[in-house]
Amino acid sequence: MSLSTKDLLGIKSMTADEIKLILDTALTFKDVSERDIKKVPALRGKTVINLFYEASTRTRTSFELAGKRLSADVINISTSTSSVVKGETLLDTARNIEAMKCDMIIVRHSCSGAPEYLSKRLKSSVINAGDGFHEHPTQALLDMFTIREKLGKLEGLTVAIVGDIMHSRVARSNIYGLIAMGAKVRVCGPPTMIPPGLECMGAQVYYDMDKAVEGADVVMMLRLQLERQAAGLFPGVREYARLFGLNQQRLSGAAKHALVMHPGPMNRGVEISSEVADNTPVILEQVTNGVAVRMAVMFLLSGGTKAEA
Amino acid sequence: MHHESCIMNLDMLIKNGHIIDPANKVDEKLDILVSEGKISRLGKPGSIPANGAHVIDAAGKLVVPGLIDMHVHLREPGFEYKETISTGTAAAKAGGFTSVCCMPNTNPINDNRSVTEFILSQARFAAARVYPIGAITKGSKGEELAEMAELHSAGCRAISDDGKPVANAAIMRRALEYSKIFDMLVISHCEDSALAAKGVMNEGIVSTELGLRGIPRAAEDVMTSRDISLAELSGGRLHIAHVSTAGAVRMIRDAKSRGVKVTAETCPHYFSLTEEAVRGYNTMAKMNPPLRTSDDVVALKEGLKDGTIDVIVTDHAPHAADEKAGEFDYAPFGIVGIETSLGLTLKLVDEGVLSIAEAIRKLTAQPAAILKIDKGTLSAGSDADITIIDLSEEWVVDSSCFKSKSKNTPFNGWKLKGRAVQTIVGGKS
Amino acid sequence: MSVKEKALILDKTGIDRALTRVAHEILEKNKGAGDLVLVGIQRGGVHLAKRLAIKIREIEKVEVPVGSLDITMYRDDLATRKSQPVPQATDITFDIQNKIMVLVDDVVFTGRTIRAALNSIMDYGRPKRIQLAVLVDRGHRELPIRADFIGKNLPTSSKEKVEVMLVEDGGEEKVVILGE
Repeated sequence: MSLSTKDLLGIKSMTADEIKLILDTALTFKDVSERDIKKVPALRGKTVINLFYEASTRTRTSFELAGKRLSADVINISTSTSSVVKGETLLDTARNIEAMKCDMIIVRHSCSGAPEYLSKRLKSSVINAGDGFHEHPTQALLDMFTIREKLGKLEGLTVAIVGDIMHSRVARSNIYGLIAMGAKVRVCGPPTMIPPGLECMGAQVYYDMDKAVEGADVVMMLRLQLERQAAGLFPGVREYARLFGLNQQRLSGAAKHALVMHPGPMNRGVEISSEVADNTPVILEQVTNGVAVRMAVMFLLSGGTKAEA
Repeated sequence: MHHESCIMNLDMLIKNGHIIDPANKVDEKLDILVSEGKISRLGKPGSIPANGAHVIDAAGKLVVPGLIDMHVHLREPGFEYKETISTGTAAAKAGGFTSVCCMPNTNPINDNRSVTEFILSQARFAAARVYPIGAITKGSKGEELAEMAELHSAGCRAISDDGKPVANAAIMRRALEYSKIFDMLVISHCEDSALAAKGVMNEGIVSTELGLRGIPRAAEDVMTSRDISLAELSGGRLHIAHVSTAGAVRMIRDAKSRGVKVTAETCPHYFSLTEEAVRGYNTMAKMNPPLRTSDDVVALKEGLKDGTIDVIVTDHAPHAADEKAGEFDYAPFGIVGIETSLGLTLKLVDEGVLSIAEAIRKLTAQPAAILKIDKGTLSAGSDADITIIDLSEEWVVDSSCFKSKSKNTPFNGWKLKGRAVQTIVGGKS
Repeated sequence: MSVKEKALILDKTGIDRALTRVAHEILEKNKGAGDLVLVGIQRGGVHLAKRLAIKIREIEKVEVPVGSLDITMYRDDLATRKSQPVPQATDITFDIQNKIMVLVDDVVFTGRTIRAALNSIMDYGRPKRIQLAVLVDRGHRELPIRADFIGKNLPTSSKEKVEVMLVEDGGEEKVVILGE
């Protein structure tokens, strides 16, 4: 069993077996992060580039740590420190990086499809670290890893994803992954933030958060971008928090063992009350698991790249 | 000059062709004699003696009035790296078109006499006839009307702020009213900018899956509805550009049935492709309005069939390869189309949507009538703009062979049947 | 190409006898079970390490800690493989600092697995001494590595395959040579 492609661009094209392989592999990598010497030589001699066209300390650090714990050499390139601002094209930038002989490029970009575009034109493995509103596969994998770790399984669970679904790549990747793994997915948010076609992806749409949360095994809250208010997508933070914020009372409608998750960074008092946020150790465990899952992805994609060249 | 006039004076006899001239309801085998750049006479096969004229044997071919594309972007002045009047008209000729109307979104914008005159002067040696379209508003900013009398006297037969809608309804109303002085056609790019926002493709399941910002069909429908109301109010002649939605087709059909002076066009890509073509972040499938759904394709074909949509145009929009490469969000809207238009339109004939005569009418007599130009027929005495079509020729679209400077087509590799084998402009082939 | 069983090397009783002897040798060489820890290499060595611990308990009445070690991420062929192997669990829950560690594997062949195991162990701590116990030594070493305790020395052709089957994995218990 191995991954069928050289790249990880999204969850949509992955089979349940492939997802399971990554989650199983991540389990062993989680141990590595808990040792005194948090490093294995699996990617020794490999060069990994973090190419970030969008600021993200958390995801970038997670990938960087994952690469370093696999003994790869990791270089970070972000918009502010590269020739990106001088107007070099995405492909030129990536080809220049590849000319320096790297093995793996991790791409974060505000434009949907940018990692796919590069993957078709580069020999290196491309990992999508979040593209536009399209996908954020490693986030969904770490979310699924965390749920499986806490609740023992994914199949048959009910997961409510609440917030700005329209502009969320995390939501899309989780919808694909959770449904592939046999979970039921409810999405909830104001209709202004629910894009068309979610039912076709297999999700149930709710506008009433209490109903969406009712009996759910997992409540996954999405970060609200406050600038969406200016675009008229919601009338105000106060009303948003009242309708779509997770507080203790609302959470009591979920299953007793329900997990509360958040991809971070949280807007306390908006989509999640401080009371709930502070009683939810899972949110930090998601971060811990993120490193393990990214190690697994990098490890599994690193096979064969040299042999075929 | 001497050499040129020699060719001009050489008579041409096109023999044995099947003539389709929708304006004159001609659909039969006739010979055509061309003399001094004009159509001199038509007659039964063999009835016209060659008398030294250059003879073209069109047996088994279709002979139609030179095709007219009333919506192209020739990019000159300002964007000569994408296309020039010379390369754009060469592409037109290769596609069977003898006349094109070029949109004013050049740099500078064609909102005044000097730009119009520049275009016409560049077009003197072009491979096809060029009819410049002037801007509705100064700088196409949607604020103040451009000097329409100047544009008209310089040679513009239509005005449009194509590429952008005239957002202010009052300005659009005034444009339609004022145009009546010159019987000028007002071509509207129907798009509500606020609804379209930063959209890059049709809003729907595909945009959700790809995570691309969507342009709802309502963005087009709302503006189509507004402009129909304004045409009704003003009595001006409104022409709806590049119709892409079922809603717009329905509204135009309704307006026509009420006698509103409105005409409409669509492009081959809107009846040949759907939003599915965008998958894989294919920038060659990025245009505005965006490719819609199969329901819209059905409605467009219905509209073409029942006459709601009068004209087939290309919205030929050349862009350099570098511009169309890279991130989907950053790629410019538009595709080239003038070298694939006829082949794609003939597919409609194959599918039984249009008769061959109807298809030719939408590429000749209809645009000429809407523009009020003396073109699009094979009447004796008219300019000898003639396209000879081989309906049976099967060919594969190869953008590297395009005469156009730009190769941005989603149809590369498509197998098409039927193409222009000879394009005669003013008696010259 | 069909793979068939060419020879039976050890049966259930033979395996048990060999392990009993190895247990005695371990205790003899280390003068008892003090500071002793056993670590089985995934997958073949894990069950054998557990069995050796039971034998040591029977002989010395001492409980020796037993762990398992996965060496996947320390392999020297990761960069050239077409697809990556799936790592198994490493489970060493006791302190290995200054302990005498006996690494246990079913078969020692090229020595590359043992090299990887030695590197891996160093990332968990610094044992005082590391020894190697194997059920079968089939020769063909590619690295300067030697087992301290050997159940059975078995000359083989490098094309043959030695398979150790244990009841813990289900099925009959035996050591066999497989070949074409």
